[in-house]
Amino acid sequence: MNIVVCVKYVPDATADRHFEADNTVDRVGVDGLLSELDEYAVEQALQLKEKGDGTDEITVLTVGPEQASDAIRKALQMGADKGVHVVDDAIAGSDSLATSLVLAEAIKKIDHDFVVCGMASTDGAMSVVPAMLAERLGVPQVTFGSQIEMQGKEIRIRRDGDAATEVIGATAPFVLSVTDQSGEARYPSFKGIMAAKKKPVETWSLADLGVEAEKVGLSASWTQVEDTAARPPRSQGEIVTDEDGSGATALAGFLASKKFI
Amino acid sequence: MSGSFELSREHEEFRRSVREFAQGEIAPYAAQWDRDHHFPVDVVKKMGGLGLFGLTAPEEFGGAGDDGDFTSLCVAIEEIGRVDQSMGITLEAAVGLGINPILTFGTEEQKQAWLPDLVAGQTLAGFGLTEPGAGSDAGATRTRAELVDGQWVVNGAKQFITNSGSDITSLVTVTARTGTRENGSAEVSTIIVPTGTEGFTAEPAYDKLGWHASDTHPLTFEDARVPEANLLGERGRGFAQFLATLDDGRVAIAALAVGCIQACLDMSVQYAGERTTFGVPIGSKQGVAFQIADLEVMLTASRALTYRAAAMKDAGRPMKEFKQAAAVAKLYATESAVTATRIATQVFGGYGFMEEYPVTRFYRDAKVLEIGEGTSEVQRMLIARGLGLPVE
Repeated sequence: MNIVVCVKYVPDATADRHFEADNTVDRVGVDGLLSELDEYAVEQALQLKEKGDGTDEITVLTVGPEQASDAIRKALQMGADKGVHVVDDAIAGSDSLATSLVLAEAIKKIDHDFVVCGMASTDGAMSVVPAMLAERLGVPQVTFGSQIEMQGKEIRIRRDGDAATEVIGATAPFVLSVTDQSGEARYPSFKGIMAAKKKPVETWSLADLGVEAEKVGLSASWTQVEDTAARPPRSQGEIVTDEDGSGATALAGFLASKKFI
Repeated sequence: MSGSFELSREHEEFRRSVREFAQGEIAPYAAQWDRDHHFPVDVVKKMGGLGLFGLTAPEEFGGAGDDGDFTSLCVAIEEIGRVDQSMGITLEAAVGLGINPILTFGTEEQKQAWLPDLVAGQTLAGFGLTEPGAGSDAGATRTRAELVDGQWVVNGAKQFITNSGSDITSLVTVTARTGTRENGSAEVSTIIVPTGTEGFTAEPAYDKLGWHASDTHPLTFEDARVPEANLLGERGRGFAQFLATLDDGRVAIAALAVGCIQACLDMSVQYAGERTTFGVPIGSKQGVAFQIADLEVMLTASRALTYRAAAMKDAGRPMKEFKQAAAVAKLYATESAVTATRIATQVFGGYGFMEEYPVTRFYRDAKVLEIGEGTSEVQRMLIARGLGLPVE
């Protein structure tokens, strides 16, 4: 079985992050990395491959600027077999809908049996791309899997909801998304890092996919970010100083005013 | 080439990978292991899963093969040592003292029997050289091995042996007198003694100043019998074989020291920015800031010396040149590490004396860096000799 894993290159949450003038996330001028939530997707694909007969091939697919190839390389270092990087200036500013169009057209060009995604990106956090992909590809969606089992072309996943746990099954082809509960992602070994240097990565443009530039990018997106602002710094807590023995009363008063007691 | 020690992109990416591993799997628990003197076997196995024990081993035994090199091992030791010196020395000793002697001097049978599990980090091996009366002066070895009816019968005692008594220790290699040469000097050979051999006991672990989570034991041998085929390398070459393994170890210890200095710098910069006295962060005081500037200098210099020596090893530079570079790196980086921990604890003030901050643990762990794998005095002697001085 051949697997496509969709991954995203996101700004490093531990480094400086900012928005562009058009309120889209700056993906070029900041340090980025493979989205942590997508590492779980790569891990599940690798585990499925390891349980297979050895003929499976994992293709990592990303849509993003030049630097996004770092995300592919990390996935290859973890053990994926090859990469496809869709890069085109016209894609910049695409929302989930436009992104899913590009991904879907790329996936159609890759020999595959099913698609694996992370549950959401760590920057946009929309978590809708897997469902959109399933719709565009006309295949079942099995999303938010926290436990994945596969036998032949049959998949069964466990979905943990607030009120209930569901077990969902589907037959390949399908789009699977996995949660951060599905199993810790492996760290690339030195051997994996060296091996990744020799793995093939293809670069495709919109023209290669037959997608018209007008259908993607900021102007073709259904959603627009109108305003962004940094979260205000946390306000300092209230300090009760007990000088005359009234501290406990003041504390109780504070808790009562916030309806804690 | 001798001046070239820039790390490749792959080495830097590997550094990031080991750093993430160390942050996720080791850092949160290091203080607890230290407190409990607990040797975390499961984490050793995870380090094995990441391939850390096989960076310099051939592919046929599960190692990185041609892709791996000594520099990558130093990167791994530095990054593990940056969060936990105990796990750093565990890795260093497992490769340098556990795997290397068997890899270098073992027969094909010995390699096949022991290396795959050692390289995978599923088992560990110790190297029993030091004795109550013999350290770098390995010629003074008192432990004896006598060949009786096709078996080596080992008697004696070893001390300070790392990775020798853990739940996953599969063997120790020990140096022992196997006879006397014509000129009266000791014939020293190396013998593999598997864990579980009757008469071989790893005594209770030491109560050490630092490295509490590292597995270190005294060993005793009372008529411990092993097959004649357990001779490692050539009979009578035990001392020379031991010397050949030391130079790599020196650079690896230097890498561990670099990790220690980096930790001191990170902790000091953070604390000096957060801790305020008289209404300003202590980092605004020259008395504090200048000391932290010195840490940066020590770190840069120590790292440069360490990776220069590692690059010389990987490039196959002449032995004499490498030996000198290894001694220089070991001496400078380890003495810097001890100084760095002293500075960092001073930056932390009273908290530097409290076990709730990791800086205290690094302070206790650093001292042994100036002692193990050749003391600072031994390094100075080697360097002086390398300069052609007639030093004793």
